[in-house]
Amino acid sequence: MESFSLLMQGLSTALEPMILFYALIGVTLGTAVGVLPGIGPALTVALLLPVTYGLDPAGSLIMFAGIYYGGMYGGSTTSILLNTPGESASIVTAIEGNQMARQGRGGPALATAAIGSFVAGLIATLLLAFLAPQVVKLALTLGPREYFALMVLAFVTVSATFGDSALRGLTSLFLGLALACVGIDGLTGAARLTYGVPQLMDGIETTTLAVALFAIGEALAVAAMLDPPDGMHRVKGSVKMTREDWRRSWKAWLRGTFIGFPIGSMPAGGADVASFLSYAAERKLTKHPEEFGHGAIEGVAGPEAANNAAAAGTLVPLLTLGLPTTATAAIMLAGFQQFGLQPGPLLFVMNAELVWGLIASLLIANVMLVVLNLPLIGLWIKLLSIPRPWLYGGILLFATLGTIGVNPSPVELGMLILFGVMGYGMRLYGYPVAPVVVGLILGPMAEQQLRRALSIAQGDWMTLVSTPVSAVLLGVSAVFLVVPMIMRLRGRGQVLSQVAGDAD
Amino acid sequence: MSEGFPLERRPRWAAFVIAAGLAGLAAMILWDASGLKQDGGYAGVGPADVPRIIAYGLLLLAGLTVISGLKGDLPRPPPQAPAPVLWIMGGLIGQLLLLHVAGFILSGAILFGMTARGFGQKPLWRNILVGFALAFVIYGIFDRLLKLNLPGGPLELLIFRG
Repeated sequence: MESFSLLMQGLSTALEPMILFYALIGVTLGTAVGVLPGIGPALTVALLLPVTYGLDPAGSLIMFAGIYYGGMYGGSTTSILLNTPGESASIVTAIEGNQMARQGRGGPALATAAIGSFVAGLIATLLLAFLAPQVVKLALTLGPREYFALMVLAFVTVSATFGDSALRGLTSLFLGLALACVGIDGLTGAARLTYGVPQLMDGIETTTLAVALFAIGEALAVAAMLDPPDGMHRVKGSVKMTREDWRRSWKAWLRGTFIGFPIGSMPAGGADVASFLSYAAERKLTKHPEEFGHGAIEGVAGPEAANNAAAAGTLVPLLTLGLPTTATAAIMLAGFQQFGLQPGPLLFVMNAELVWGLIASLLIANVMLVVLNLPLIGLWIKLLSIPRPWLYGGILLFATLGTIGVNPSPVELGMLILFGVMGYGMRLYGYPVAPVVVGLILGPMAEQQLRRALSIAQGDWMTLVSTPVSAVLLGVSAVFLVVPMIMRLRGRGQVLSQVAGDAD
Repeated sequence: MSEGFPLERRPRWAAFVIAAGLAGLAAMILWDASGLKQDGGYAGVGPADVPRIIAYGLLLLAGLTVISGLKGDLPRPPPQAPAPVLWIMGGLIGQLLLLHVAGFILSGAILFGMTARGFGQKPLWRNILVGFALAFVIYGIFDRLLKLNLPGGPLELLIFRG
């Protein structure tokens, strides 16, 4: 019951007025960006990173986690009412949810999504609290080669396993890895790929890259689209769910939670994968198969629960191993590093108060979110009526604000524009963006672990597969790389491409 | 999301351009790596080795991209409207050039105005006015209250430090 008392201590931190305030800002912003199409949680955290330089670390991190959770809640609203998913993990929700809205059942669809997210968020956060200390114990037994193998696994699952082409996913990843080499080498101090430009010595800022790829690339892609998106469906009637709705939803919520949490907590893709699998499970298990595709409430309840549970699950490897498995987690890792904190087993020893405060805040954030998303849903729907020109003008202004705030040099802004154009091109030709960001952040860490492992073994490369754990992890990575390729060759690739997403 | 794009089985020039870009990047990395002092220590792996591995990976991917281009295996993007892209790029480059001359507020107003124009909102002068108001508020909050150091021009000097 060690976790329990630590969690109680965390709650006392989380209930401090300032921390509550940060959590509230986080969930409010998170819901807003989840609702607005075109900006996801990854981008929002990236935009806010530079702004929080001067703020309290605990508060800022709690705010970021609130944004992540809030984004998962808010995304469902856009999916259901607009048929344009607010973030990629809500794509599946759009299938059934939008059908329900077309039939005037938008209210119950929003309700089952919000309550399902709450149930899943609550259970998954508790699972996080009880699982994290166990993983930390395990993590302490891992050496550099095991960490390296874990990172290889994360590289493979982020880039090659899902999506419609392993080649394009890996290309994105290697772009990120190449960009990660820029700057001073952490082990020897050699300046790499700087070409005499002093601004490049510090490496490429994560925020600059993420903001450029997500905000500027996205804005260019949306502006250049010729066909206008779908209209909005007004919510008719009440948001109350009938007894029948409840009866059909609760099992889907629980199943979604227990599908989502493990998927999120393993380096096996993020919330998109979880919500897709949950949808598939609900369609198999339903007693109303004829309703699927025409507004089955289970098809909203399950995936929405799953994507929230997966968001909580993602925090397990992030906090205990320092291993980000989604773009948002990768940027949150940059957030920790900005405050001089390195997530991993030591964080639980050195900054126990902060970690447990963060986990406890998530429980509180969850309660805030269900309040924000059910009674106040009308307010969020109004956000959707902001005209797109103003919306994107504002996004770009904020996007450049972040970069200018860190480093107001023309070089930095030039990189922002360059990567923005790159992001636009990548969207045009179906290259995923998330692997670039993950590669940039995880690349230097993987390199360090690799070189450390080789140092210990005096340059013997066989050391990488010499322990069962690292050998198994590298083996699993190979399976995740090869099996999807075979599936695609056999024409079974559709399943994989549907699961792919970017901005979770 | 690219599921909707039709795949056509004829060579795709875009794939060759992408492959050339990847190969060019790899060449830059290899050239840079050749100039680094090789200092592997006990690991036998120095600062130049991991970039080299990445460069070889990029070369391999460039080769595979050429093959997939020959097979026509690259999503064909839907038709694009060039004008909005040019407006937004103009706004971004305008901000880059004007930032240190005119300050954050004016350059931000131009970025906002031109982006909104790119999304079809007219007239431009009204967009810039809206952008001015927004950039003004942002400057006030972030530079004054949150102590983020945003570049000021004559206008910022006049209003906030006058």
